[in-house]
Amino acid sequence: MKPATFDYFRPDSVTEAVEALSTNPDSKVLAGGQSLVPMMNMRLAGPSALVDIGRIEELHGIAANGSLRVGAATRQADVMDHATVVRGWPMIGAALKEVGHPAIRARGTFGGNIAHGDPGSELPAVMLALDATFVIEGPSGTRSMVADGFFLGHYTTALDEDELLVRVDIPDQATSHWGFVEIDRRHGDYALAGAAVRLDVDAAGHVSDARVALFGVASRPLRSAAAEQVLAGTRPRDAGVADEAGRVALEGVDVAADSFVSAAYRREATATVVERALLDIEPTEGA
Amino acid sequence: MEIRQGNIAVEITVNGDLRTGIAEPRMLLSDFLRHELGLTGTHVGCEQGVCGACTVLIDGVPARACLTFAVQVEGRRIDTVEGMAEPGQLSDIQQAYHEEHGLQCGFCTPGFLTSTEALLRENPDPTEEQIREYLSGNVCRCTGYQGIVAAVQRAARVRKAVSHDA
Repeated sequence: MKPATFDYFRPDSVTEAVEALSTNPDSKVLAGGQSLVPMMNMRLAGPSALVDIGRIEELHGIAANGSLRVGAATRQADVMDHATVVRGWPMIGAALKEVGHPAIRARGTFGGNIAHGDPGSELPAVMLALDATFVIEGPSGTRSMVADGFFLGHYTTALDEDELLVRVDIPDQATSHWGFVEIDRRHGDYALAGAAVRLDVDAAGHVSDARVALFGVASRPLRSAAAEQVLAGTRPRDAGVADEAGRVALEGVDVAADSFVSAAYRREATATVVERALLDIEPTEGA
Repeated sequence: MEIRQGNIAVEITVNGDLRTGIAEPRMLLSDFLRHELGLTGTHVGCEQGVCGACTVLIDGVPARACLTFAVQVEGRRIDTVEGMAEPGQLSDIQQAYHEEHGLQCGFCTPGFLTSTEALLRENPDPTEEQIREYLSGNVCRCTGYQGIVAAVQRAARVRKAVSHDA
């Protein structure tokens, strides 16, 4: 199938992009197009205008000064291969290896994947686990928002229709521990179940702060309060801790069934990925 | 800000030549190449970006032509399978695929060839695992991939030997 007709705008700046989004109702941002264009090709999406932000210089780039700052239109491949990201934010690289394939990552953008809001996407869950902040431009100016609360449902985020995600800021991870595990039918697919885990531990190896972010299991990526509570104050490699965190991870969550797998499978798979992600974390001294 | 509506002239450099065609914004690069420019070497397998048959190089980087609008790449350089060798000749990669039976029906092959070119430019000496990982976005229903992997390894060897002789 072919996409429906649309008008095409190619702004040179963020200001122009926001203007184009505001003055064209039913417009969508075109970044890498690796998620949007398949939907348009299948006529699951049919915006009457596309605002192509791919050539706006200020939206590209990776900088690290304490926190990591990634321009929203930076290509996923560029983030994945960046030495600073590999060294200081390894969970991001681990997650990006699971996103599609080289040709997808060559064009797909860091911010586009996040703003698209597919519940099976890896990056949104990573942003939850790493307490990322999103910098957003709109007609009334700039605002920022933490990741927790940004993802609302299927392809739905807290972005207004005339707003543009311009940058993602991720705090320093030098002292944190992380695990990332995904189950999918084929490498590169959206997840059937996935867990992005980040732990801060004290000198004795006890968890002082935990983030357990799940993806692929519900209508949006989400933090598991239940799993995070299980982990608080424990040493994650102590007998039974990882197992219990996995078991309770989906308490209170409406788990999705779809044409691929049942809700029961997803529950089982989620328990597994949470447990594995925790056990992947290297033991710290005293643990 | 550039605005494009309705039927417009779209100018793109393809295989080193400046080419112009008529397209609406919604025309996919895959269709522009095939129907406007007559370059039918780029194949369309899924129009969702999963099969890789439509893979071309955009400014040297492998990309799905079925997920790109022609207007998006105005002024950019596109390399397709047709540009890999002079008419009637085979590039080193094409020759390797031929010798190692890296194709049967040939439908997926253009995407594999362009992806292989991108791979060897980035990594001239890939391991088998790296080859399989890099080409994981290209699907083949015929070969079972053994011949493809062998072809890439052969092409890498040949290219290395040539560059040592040069």
